[in-house]
Amino acid sequence: MTRLDLVIVGAGPAGLRAAVEAATGGLSVMLVDEGREPGGQIYRGSESGAFAGTAKLGSDYAAGAVLAAAFRASGVEALFGATVIQIEREADGSFSVSVATGHDKAVVVRARAVIAATGAQERPFPIDGWTLPGVMTAGAAQTMLKADGVVPDGPVVLAGTGPLLYLLAAQYGALGVAIDTLLDTAGPGNWRRALPHVAGFLTSRYAFKGLGLLGKALAATRIIRGVEAVSAIGDTRLSAVTYRKGATERTIPAHVLLLHHGVVPQINLTWSAGAQHRWNAARLAFEPVRDASGQTDVPGLFIAGDSGGIGGAQAAEAEGALAAFGVLRMLRGTAGDDDRIERQWRRRLAVSLRGRAFLDALYAPRQSHLCPPDEVIVCRCEEVTAGDIRKAVRRGAMGPNQVKAFTRAGMGPCQSRMCGLTTVAIIAEETGLSPGDIGHMRLRAPVKPVTVAQIASLSEADERRPTESPSATRPCK
Amino acid sequence: MFRRLVEPAGHVTVTIDGRPFSVAAGETLSTALLLAGFAGLRRSARLGRERGPFCGMGVCFDCLVTIDGAANRQACLVRVRDGMAVQTGTRLPALADTVPE
Ligand SMILES: Cc1cc2nc3c(=O)[nH]c(=O)nc-3n(C[C@H](O)[C@H](O)[C@H](O)COP(=O)(O)OP(=O)(O)OC[C@H]3O[C@@H](n4cnc5c(N)ncnc54)[C@H](O)[C@@H]3O)c2cc1C
Ligand code: FES
Repeated sequence: MTRLDLVIVGAGPAGLRAAVEAATGGLSVMLVDEGREPGGQIYRGSESGAFAGTAKLGSDYAAGAVLAAAFRASGVEALFGATVIQIEREADGSFSVSVATGHDKAVVVRARAVIAATGAQERPFPIDGWTLPGVMTAGAAQTMLKADGVVPDGPVVLAGTGPLLYLLAAQYGALGVAIDTLLDTAGPGNWRRALPHVAGFLTSRYAFKGLGLLGKALAATRIIRGVEAVSAIGDTRLSAVTYRKGATERTIPAHVLLLHHGVVPQINLTWSAGAQHRWNAARLAFEPVRDASGQTDVPGLFIAGDSGGIGGAQAAEAEGALAAFGVLRMLRGTAGDDDRIERQWRRRLAVSLRGRAFLDALYAPRQSHLCPPDEVIVCRCEEVTAGDIRKAVRRGAMGPNQVKAFTRAGMGPCQSRMCGLTTVAIIAEETGLSPGDIGHMRLRAPVKPVTVAQIASLSEADERRPTESPSATRPCK
Repeated sequence: MFRRLVEPAGHVTVTIDGRPFSVAAGETLSTALLLAGFAGLRRSARLGRERGPFCGMGVCFDCLVTIDGAANRQACLVRVRDGMAVQTGTRLPALADTVPE
């Protein structure tokens, strides 16, 4: 089997820029993405989506088309609609990357280095009723907008905290899509905690953009701040949203409720590949430990973009370039003819990270929303409630793996992507330990449920199978 | 629940639970299902409750449907194709039922 220099996982700004720079440096590269075309989350649909080639979703979004075109021009081989389910480092230091390419097909790609640029996912916002059809994440609604030009109909409520919630409100506003109510659940002390970081924020690009955003969203929407509790009401469908602020409780009709709690790195793939991850207390998330080029403690495995820590699209692109230079240096001993370009990207990275600490503090979720009341379902797959988890901890389950064994939280097909952080938060609250000391549930490969046919086709191609972990995944039939 | 803001370039026909629907060519399957009025796509493992697309990006697994006979496909990661046959309403086996304590 031929061995490539580099496999890149993810076609967002980080992966696309990494591909362009690595190809420019003369490496043989393959890029794999679950999506159908280049773009990742921010630039979803920028090649063929409903707003491709327009400025209707803002200038940031329009930048995606330029990057996608640069990627296409690089000649890098791309595998779209394909999911990387396992990254393994072999004894000779090279990597075997298992890729599910269809419901009954999987292949192994070999490479000397891997850049994981798998991006972020939204932090779960577990509330009563959040499993009802009609309740979605703000990111899901935004993806429907970008990819398909589809928007909510009937009364729609946005609830939660984070810049993306306001970005979506502003994008809807600019398109004339009415939002009935935006329930802002950020904590009352956030401003005070954000203030020490205000200098960085004022010199960042968010200052101007962020305030403009807020203005637009404010003009178009009824915004209720300081919301302390939200729940989704309905029998088999969402029909209303109840919220509480101080002593007032109100119920408003809703066909669509869009939740958002900020974004956190997607860590399943890099964790299962053996890279060390650490708790970031300011960002309330686990992040991989990386050097300045994004290399992890697994030599040859690099991480770029939001999957390494949330920095936004511009930081992701810069990190993608820096990771590509890191791989070039590792394989070729030099990152190119002169390191001026690398220094430029490093400067751009620093500039684009300005203001991030301010935003992290300003939009931090409330503790009471990170650790929901007993009746709320935390693990959507196995329908395990916060109360079930608390009970397990009181019965002696000290860590997330034990809680998983006691309650089945994290055993379903999503492999704890929806419940992992909440489980850790509840254990922390119950035991008084820090999430860093508690750690995350063990994350294993394959990082998505695999079919028997996929395993069969893998072993045919390779006489090997991804490590099976029945406790972590339920193979789909 | 949802409506189309931008008119599609063309249409294709898919079958959902045995009934034909005209949907936008190249559209995300989960979007097409929502527009066709299918808010609940599968049933939950333990309580058998209806679930619809939640994350829209392949991380929650609430959008699992059967596509052309292949079970448990994530509708949010698939685009519609002419002649595609989709079946909703599968109930995932609860782990409680399949894995011994
Ligand atoms: C739903 C959502 C919407 C967002 N919208 C915006 C926005 O409008 N504006 C903004 O400024 N920021 C937005 N963000 C924040 C976003 O994380 C960054 O702006 C930016 O997209 C990060 O770039 P990235 O290259 O690190 O990762 P991403 O752009 O997230 O790209 C990662 C890519 O990796 C792919 N991938 C992940 N795992 C695998 C796997 N195992 N196998 C194959 N492929 C895989 C994904 O399909 C995705 O295309 C959004 C985040 C989310 C989660
Ligand atoms: S909607 Fe979450 S995986 Fe498809």
